[in-house]
Amino acid sequence: MAVITIDGIQYDVDPKLTIIQAAKLQGIKIPHFCWHPKLSVAGNCRMCLVDVGNPRRNRDGTLVQDDKGNNVIDFMPKLAIACSTPVGDGMVVNTKTPKVVNAQEAVMEFLLINHPLDCPICDEAGECKLQDYAYKYSVGQSRFEFDKVRKPKRVELGPRVMLDTERCIMCSRCVRFCNEIAKKPQLTFTQRGDHVELTTFPGVQLDNPYSMNTIDLCPVGALTNKDFRFKARVWEMSATETICVGCARGCNTKMWVRNNEILRLTPRHNPEVNDYWMCDKGRLETFKWVNSDKRIKAPMIRKEGRLMQVGWDEVAAKVASELRHYKKSEIAALGSAFATNEENYAFVKLMKHAGVTNIDFMRHIYQGDEDDILIRADKAPNSAGAKAVGVHQEGTGLGFEGILKGITEGTIKALYSLDEHIAYEPRMAAVLPKLDLFILHASVENETTTYADIVLSTATYAEKNGTFTNFQGQVQRIRPAVAVLENERALNGFSMSRLDKFGSHNDRWTKGLKRDARAIWRTSSRIAGALGAKWKYTSSEEVFNEMTTTLEAFKGMSYLKLSGYGMKLKTTITKSISVPV
Amino acid sequence: MKSNGQLKITHKKDLSFFEKLYITEIFKGIKLTLTQVFRPKFTRQYPEERWNPPASFRGRPVLVEQDGVERCVACGLCARVCPALAIEVQASETEYWKERYPVKFEINMLRCIFCGFCEEVCPEEAIVMSKEYELTFYSQEEAIFGKDKLLVPAEKLKDRLEFLRKYR
Ligand code: SF4
Ligand code: SF4
Ligand code: SF4
Ligand code: SF4
Ligand code: FES
Repeated sequence: MAVITIDGIQYDVDPKLTIIQAAKLQGIKIPHFCWHPKLSVAGNCRMCLVDVGNPRRNRDGTLVQDDKGNNVIDFMPKLAIACSTPVGDGMVVNTKTPKVVNAQEAVMEFLLINHPLDCPICDEAGECKLQDYAYKYSVGQSRFEFDKVRKPKRVELGPRVMLDTERCIMCSRCVRFCNEIAKKPQLTFTQRGDHVELTTFPGVQLDNPYSMNTIDLCPVGALTNKDFRFKARVWEMSATETICVGCARGCNTKMWVRNNEILRLTPRHNPEVNDYWMCDKGRLETFKWVNSDKRIKAPMIRKEGRLMQVGWDEVAAKVASELRHYKKSEIAALGSAFATNEENYAFVKLMKHAGVTNIDFMRHIYQGDEDDILIRADKAPNSAGAKAVGVHQEGTGLGFEGILKGITEGTIKALYSLDEHIAYEPRMAAVLPKLDLFILHASVENETTTYADIVLSTATYAEKNGTFTNFQGQVQRIRPAVAVLENERALNGFSMSRLDKFGSHNDRWTKGLKRDARAIWRTSSRIAGALGAKWKYTSSEEVFNEMTTTLEAFKGMSYLKLSGYGMKLKTTITKSISVPV
Repeated sequence: MKSNGQLKITHKKDLSFFEKLYITEIFKGIKLTLTQVFRPKFTRQYPEERWNPPASFRGRPVLVEQDGVERCVACGLCARVCPALAIEVQASETEYWKERYPVKFEINMLRCIFCGFCEEVCPEEAIVMSKEYELTFYSQEEAIFGKDKLLVPAEKLKDRLEFLRKYR
């Protein structure tokens, strides 16, 4: 260990670290633009300048001490950049002395010489490093009286990323990301001096599957999200910590909502799962259907060929009576790798109560659509969880293939499926019309719902509490960001924006659409009640707490303990879950 | 109030003999009325006669329209600063050099408290306080002014724009 002194306080640090890393571990913030914990060191922005001194040594290596017995420190003639200077034993670092403050102000003034005054029209405003530092580390005035260098605006770098060349401060974070993390060198600089421009290589676009991470990385508003462009100012939205449902990786994300509508997703740091990144597909394709006008707004029963909206009491009674009507061996059930652990658990419990043993869930493996960065071939977020809570157990009842065969042959007459587009699988679509009874949890109208006799409107992953288990066995929390009919943002502990906090019922922005959709554990518990079961759940957490006592794999967990990076399942998943469909 | 904190109670003096007579007081009143009748009038004959406020007056906020388009770039700063949450702005992209414009700009005049913060914060001098003070509605919906009611050509707002340049 090396002992270093930062701003007069001594710390024991790992000698392999740089000053900025050591300081960060101690909670000391050194301003920086180009440095990023997961990228190589570029050292080009000079924002991280600090005053560094080393102890003076005699020829024999012993430390020189003054009359009072203190080490004599020789400060470097110039300031050093904290992001590339390694720490050394006895090193003294000053981050707040007038010399350093002066340098920070000078760097800010320099960076702002050619930076346009674009904040009012810039999507980054509100979460911009340059803007924040202009308040914290700059005098707020410029001595530069000449015309700024003009560069192209609205440059399409790729299908998903827009560049404003004027705003770029040439930190090279985006360039390094493409080279080092996405492993697709697509960006580079041309020209010199104040005419430097970021651009793609000739004939190349910024179109790698991770390209949008450059938007989050960019410390200014040079790179912006084409999909989210001008949709909202960042301070108008609430941000909810949740998990991406695009694949079995389960990247940690923030879901940004305004007026009960999801506007964007951004990645959230989790060193166990996704580091700072997420893929473009996950970012763009996992939330739009939640806002869709094809959403199912209430439970429905098919009467005279048409699905009619009914109340929850009626639908629960109907499902219970239908389940009693068939022989147990004629009923099959499908859990879901898109439903939470709690939902699958409650569903399994309901099926046990109803005596149904033919239960499995559909796999969503796209062989080949994977990489060694984040993207997994399993396109469902909770396959491991569905297994862990026992949606399918070898040797008991029919599996997925058996169920398909049973429906084809007519031995299975009734199917009860959780919220999933099962008709997407052609073999399933072919046999669905053969069923006498098809009970379906659904959140969106699609081909599958056209076959359903009973539709239980279901809350999407954006509307409920729960946990997903990713392919590594990491159990992670999802939280509601969009309100359904039965909850209120304020009363149910949602994250809230200023508009949510101060709006009243007759304000336009509190009038976002609320659907009468419910989490599956809740509907299952209600149907179990209609079947005469003694158990009943009132919250997702209650289901989870029961799981921690009944399932070995979840022992010792709680929502509180999961709230950070999540926790690993106790039993390691040895067998591959990639059962092809 | 006395220094020891107790209220000092004063009793009205009894009326004098003439006051008690009542008739003298009646005549005093009539005299006052008659003198007023022959004095010059100072009542404004509203609504026939309307008041034209000075440039410093803060009437309802309006959007400045220049060369047929709003100056507003939909930055949302006015909506953010508005203490009454009266403003709602939805931005979108435009072909003009300013890149953004408000597809939707609404002020809820029932919420607005005429503080003028929106005008003060606007980086584009795109929203200013007008001289209009006549605001009445039959319903809550009517009180929500959209771009159709908010856009006013810059020429009509000359007074205020000049005032702002001079005193801000
Ligand atoms: S575009 Fe952004 S991330 Fe890339 S070099 Fe410029 S400022 Fe840095
Ligand atoms: S890698 Fe998977 S979990 Fe991560 S963002 Fe992409 S789709 Fe979502
Ligand atoms: S005058 Fe004040 S209350 Fe009215 S819209 Fe402007 S900021 Fe809001
Ligand atoms: S502050 Fe000005 S430019 Fe910004 S949205 Fe309001 S009126 Fe438009
Ligand atoms: S952060 Fe050190 S030079 Fe940019």
